Amino acid sequence: MPTLLIPGVLRAEAGGAPRLEVAASGSLGAVLDEVGERWPRLERRIRDESGALRRYVNVYVDGEDCRRSGGLETPVPAGAEIQVLPSVAGG
Amino acid sequence: MTHMLAIGTQKGLFLASSDDRRSWRVSSAHFPGHAIYSVAFDTRGPAPRVLVGVDSSHFGPSVVISDDLGATWQEPDEAPLAFPGDIGAAVERVWQITPAGPIEPSVVYAGTQPSALWRSRDGGRTYELVRGLWEHPHRPEWGAGFGGQAVHTVLPHPADPDRVLVAMSTGGVYRTTDGGESWAPANRGIKAYFLPDPWPEFGQCVHKVARDAADPDCYYAQNHHGVYRTTDGGDSWESIAADLPSDFGFPIVAHPARGGTIWNFPLVSDGDRRPVDLLCRVFRSDDAGTTWRPQQKGLPDGPYYPVVLRDALCTDDGDQAGVYFGTRAGDVFASADEGESWSAVAAHLPDVLCVRAAGA
Repeated sequence: MPTLLIPGVLRAEAGGAPRLEVAASGSLGAVLDEVGERWPRLERRIRDESGALRRYVNVYVDGEDCRRSGGLETPVPAGAEIQVLPSVAGG
Repeated sequence: MTHMLAIGTQKGLFLASSDDRRSWRVSSAHFPGHAIYSVAFDTRGPAPRVLVGVDSSHFGPSVVISDDLGATWQEPDEAPLAFPGDIGAAVERVWQITPAGPIEPSVVYAGTQPSALWRSRDGGRTYELVRGLWEHPHRPEWGAGFGGQAVHTVLPHPADPDRVLVAMSTGGVYRTTDGGESWAPANRGIKAYFLPDPWPEFGQCVHKVARDAADPDCYYAQNHHGVYRTTDGGDSWESIAADLPSDFGFPIVAHPARGGTIWNFPLVSDGDRRPVDLLCRVFRSDDAGTTWRPQQKGLPDGPYYPVVLRDALCTDDGDQAGVYFGTRAGDVFASADEGESWSAVAAHLPDVLCVRAAGA
């Protein structure tokens, strides 16, 4: 079962949990679809309504930046660790 | 009566309250670190509702409401504003939140970036895209100014729910008379000096529009150079800048009850965005823009550089109107006597993006 690691700034949208287990695997998009079903406010902080990852949110699958490994098509094996991190941005 | 002032800044929302509009209590930041480009008080119900456009540079925009003046905030699980899937666009920022008139007590409008109009029928909790404007054939030619491409002004008609006027930058003024099904540009007489044809049907860079308190067909527009008035609902506009020290600026507001009284905050020019003569002062007209006079008693008297953004000047609904403005230096000022004298509400806040006032 993949595990999603939630940054502190988003934990309120995950019921306070630092880690979430999801049933879906196969692709990052499938995992985020499930997140959208179960924790919709969390998912819309990560993706906009067109389905695109927000520009200043980075998602790593087993340590690999998903933007360099297929985006939402990035393979997510069962047992993968998916880390959501705000990027270095802002002023 | 308690007077309330909402101050939206680049890094949070501050709520101020006062018994006399001279001495203010200012809260700590709500939504710290988030940009607040839009805020509204909806005073049509039994208790005032605060509606806030909360913008995270990382996690996107949302609209959050409070029915207890900021003690608690409510946000729906599903996005309050989201483009339908067939459109493929995403809301980038909520620039305006405007409760409709008293005849539609649960309707609230929102204007966003990219340029779109949204209508809520549940008091501002959730919004639906007004497709008539989104699907306008002019859309591909609407441009983006420095602040992005946005509908930043929404003026529902006070008596006719089918009539709404919006302003966008760039694009200009558009209006509907059929509840949003169809929209027509309303920019005749407004110059777009930055285009090859300076008198286009649309494409103007309007910064803000205000409606006259007494005549719902009279509007005032502060443009990217140019200050205008229409008395025929937008069929045609005429300049009211002749008596101003400059025709550049961002905000323009109207008195809440008395026709013909308006305020703005002139800047030198597009290329020199500083207060005229480096003086912190508003300009007021009592004859619908024919003549203007500065008001600065109680405002800083030294050289003052910061500007006042398009939504950072407002009035309240008092019998003697209160006037309020905030600057990009984080200074906020209030006048309890229609601009004749001013006092400080707050200083050293983050850049002020918007202010709105109401009584409760």
